[in-house]
Amino acid sequence: MKEFLLLFRSDPKIVPARSPEEMEKMMKKWMDWIGGIAAQNKLTDRGNRLGQEGKVLKAGNVITDGPYMEIKEAIGGYTLIKAGSFEEATELSKGCPILSVGGSVEVREIIAM
Amino acid sequence: MPAHELIPHLFRTEYQKITAVLCRLFGIEHIEIAEDITSDAFLQAAETWGLHGMPENPAAWLYTVAKNKARNYFRHDAVFKEKIAKQLQHSLPEAGEIEIDLSPANIRDSQLQMIFAVCHPSIAAEAQIGLALRILCGFGLDEIASAFLANKETINKRLTRAREKLRSANIPVALPDKEAIHSRLKTVLTTLYLLFNEGYCSQGQDMILRKDLCLEAMRLALLLVENKLTNTPEVNALLSLMCFHASRFEARIDTNGNAVLYDDQDSSLWNKELIDKGKFFLKQASEGDIISKYHIEACIAYWHTQKNDSRKKWESILQLYNQLLLIEYSPIAALNRTYALSKADGKEAAIAAAEKLNLGSLHLYHSLLGNLYTGIDQGKAIHHLQKALTLAKSAADKKTIIKQIDACEA
Repeated sequence: MKEFLLLFRSDPKIVPARSPEEMEKMMKKWMDWIGGIAAQNKLTDRGNRLGQEGKVLKAGNVITDGPYMEIKEAIGGYTLIKAGSFEEATELSKGCPILSVGGSVEVREIIAM
Repeated sequence: MPAHELIPHLFRTEYQKITAVLCRLFGIEHIEIAEDITSDAFLQAAETWGLHGMPENPAAWLYTVAKNKARNYFRHDAVFKEKIAKQLQHSLPEAGEIEIDLSPANIRDSQLQMIFAVCHPSIAAEAQIGLALRILCGFGLDEIASAFLANKETINKRLTRAREKLRSANIPVALPDKEAIHSRLKTVLTTLYLLFNEGYCSQGQDMILRKDLCLEAMRLALLLVENKLTNTPEVNALLSLMCFHASRFEARIDTNGNAVLYDDQDSSLWNKELIDKGKFFLKQASEGDIISKYHIEACIAYWHTQKNDSRKKWESILQLYNQLLLIEYSPIAALNRTYALSKADGKEAAIAAAEKLNLGSLHLYHSLLGNLYTGIDQGKAIHHLQKALTLAKSAADKKTIIKQIDACEA
């Protein structure tokens, strides 16, 4: 089994527009999807959501605010899964609810140090 | 109750109390002496009561005899004098007379401390359950053997090894200190949980014995709830879970001793008092901000005390299983989640999810798929049920599956 990091990207401007009912429905979809992966014993860590603000640190002590609100593909959260292959990891990602709101899932293999 | 019935009954209730008090006094390394003295008292009871009739207060009689035997041992046994007397946990009065306190309060404290000694992380889980049954619950070797579906010799060997471990690891008969109590409680709860499941889910045929196992697990959990130091939300959640499950005892078996599946149970036989107790402990468990797997399982068990199907019920159960699986994967949780999914979102969705589970070696997996395909594809339903039948081990499981196959073919 290999480990994979799933990065969830979406347009952060979409999120605040949702009503509480829509938020709850969305939450349920996420839980059903993650629960489905956990039921296959392929979840390593459900991960977390990320706040919308960020800082970027560059050489020479240059610190900038991340331009997150402007881009359409901001990283909003992550999850760690295990799978036999890239194909399987990608297959598991297909049910991710973020795909239904114009977002994307980036699948990256974790290389152990 | 005549003597031949009363003695086994007293053995179950009093053996562990006397042993716990003596063990606390002598130290765990002398557990065998404590058990021998207690057994001797019961032997004497069997002889004396048979000849002279029963004393007015049999338990008090046993306590007195055990006390005398311990004192005699103390006086006459050289090893005891040399080794134990010097390290007795409580100082002795000048006269050298040993103080054996069999008051309810000391019994309770000793039992609680024995729970922590037996459920010590250095002892393997399986051995812990055996020791717990013997020392904390007063079960006989025969009963333990039949609960584990093993022979007496195997169980005896296992217990001897576990006792040896108790001795060599020099485990104190005491409550852990405040810092350690949380992590030590974890092991205790796991053992009580397994003990309960051994009774609730085991393949053993002796239903009275299985029920006793569950009641004992509940009694020990209650001991933890009654002590301030060990009365944590997790303990309450575990006890709540046990109460909800135990409420269905009478409904799970028909008059011929056959298992009755949940859907076919007469819910008027469910024990309302236990359901209320379960709710009470669940409420106690919700104080604090910990959500353990016991909390989630107790909530699931609560929903199962609601006989009527509703979308809300199954939607809630599905979400609870999602949460449970995030805390800890288990094949049973995965299968149950899939069943809840079929009730909440329909059989097609559940079949698609089930086929990804990779649990084809379990008969329960094929039973589930057989159930899901019923009404959708009878051929596939029967195929899976037959597969389940070849994998099932217990006669009761086989019986249930054959019934399902018959229903499919009809």
